[in-house]
Amino acid sequence: MQSFVLPYTAVLSARFRMILQYRAAAIAGFVTQIGWGAIRVMAMEAFYRSTSAPQPMHLEDVVTYIWLGQALLGLLPWNPDTEIRAMVRSGTVAYELVRPVNLYTYWFSRSMAFRLAPTFMRSIPLAVLALLFFGMQAPASPEALVYWLAATLGAVLLSTALTVILSITLMWTISGEGVSFLVSPVIYFLAGMVIPLPLFPDWAQRVLDILPFRGICDAPFRLYMGHIPATEAWAVLLHQLIWIVILVAFGAWLLSRATRRLVVQGG
Amino acid sequence: MANPLALYSHYVSISLRSQMQYRVSFLLGTLGQLFSTGVEFIGILALFDRFGSLNQWTLAEVAFFYGIVNVAFAVTDMLSRGFDHVGQLVRSGEFDRMLLRPRSTVLQLIGQEFTLRRLGRFGQGAGVLLWATLYLDIAWSPSVAALIVITVCCGACFFLGLFINIGTVSFWTTETLELMNVLTYGGIEASKYPLAIYHTWFRRFFTMVIPMGCVTYFPVVAILGRSDPLGTSLAFQYAAPLFGLLYFILSLFIWRLGLRHYRSTGS
Repeated sequence: MQSFVLPYTAVLSARFRMILQYRAAAIAGFVTQIGWGAIRVMAMEAFYRSTSAPQPMHLEDVVTYIWLGQALLGLLPWNPDTEIRAMVRSGTVAYELVRPVNLYTYWFSRSMAFRLAPTFMRSIPLAVLALLFFGMQAPASPEALVYWLAATLGAVLLSTALTVILSITLMWTISGEGVSFLVSPVIYFLAGMVIPLPLFPDWAQRVLDILPFRGICDAPFRLYMGHIPATEAWAVLLHQLIWIVILVAFGAWLLSRATRRLVVQGG
Repeated sequence: MANPLALYSHYVSISLRSQMQYRVSFLLGTLGQLFSTGVEFIGILALFDRFGSLNQWTLAEVAFFYGIVNVAFAVTDMLSRGFDHVGQLVRSGEFDRMLLRPRSTVLQLIGQEFTLRRLGRFGQGAGVLLWATLYLDIAWSPSVAALIVITVCCGACFFLGLFINIGTVSFWTTETLELMNVLTYGGIEASKYPLAIYHTWFRRFFTMVIPMGCVTYFPVVAILGRSDPLGTSLAFQYAAPLFGLLYFILSLFIWRLGLRHYRSTGS
């Protein structure tokens, strides 16, 4: 059992340690996100000043939502795994095919480290600052904290599954970032990063409820602040689980298609 | 090739031809730009649907602010990629080659890449701007029309100044400081909405330290023909874009200082 899991955990931890080396980039991202969050918070405050009508979310919840989003920004499936992209371009992806491991699981572990490591480094200091100085609230209750952590794990798996799919599409497009140019902004929007999803019109909620992207940001965040009560946490987790299964199955199928007709670049 | 303009158009044509080698990548990139700015605007639409107005600013007015800043920035974004690479050029020693050529370094860097896919942002901004113009009751006069053109031009110069500053820092750090991006992208994010909605410290910073408000807020108030909640005079609103131009000229001087400080890293 142990030797079976070993290659996957090894690539995860090696990649994790490598990404942690880039401290300068982390600091830059950190400052950018604080500025970005502050601007979004000020704009939302101005919108809330404009009306006295009751809204689906309190301003304090929106502020917490925005800061959680900034802290966990790195979890979003922004781009394909940069190492896989380099391998596809240079042709070394061929070596990946001869490794005695399951390629999908291997890439999944790789991509998980790629998503987790930079986020890990930024999120904790950013959340601490936001909690202390920028009006972010603590979790609504101990249960809310537990369910939020569980849903965040689901979000990581969802996002990783999407990242792997984005990486696999590079085997067809080869150059550039491939379809992620198109898909990532849409995911970012539908996950709740542009504006909190509860503020969308009611008719849009039904569509957003079905799509998987709510599970990456919106649903975990609202569990954290108790906007989704703890009694409904199971629905969030089940929704995430169903989509993780679908996306993993799709990714594995796509990868098997891709490797069947792969033309290796370079020589 | 004696004429800098002729040289520049030669640079542009080379850059365009090279981008057209990867037609699909270019199309995806352009569409991606359109999507990523488009979702921001859909967010604004959703917020207005929810809140009705933003501190007495209407949707069409906010759309005008949004359109102006995106059009101006998209123009700069097409020209200025080269300044992002200064850190890399300095580190590798490639920058020495630029110094040997008998043309100004600024011209060479602007000529490095004409990033055509920024047309996505440009098109999206221009579309929103056009819609806002048709929807709003603008009191048209030659001076208002001239002010729109001047605002966009001075805005583009101002953003170019910011990019030049980012490049200049690399002479000291030998690295492109992503930290500076908080000014560019944060500023654009903020300029989607009228500056008047933000906190005082923030408004002061983006007027007096970085005069972004002078190209994205004050002249637009004059174009919209409404009184400024911040209480500035019409004369100031008309003169404000010049501060953007001034910032650009100042950044060219600082670039010169940086050049004098430059020591090749060798290797």
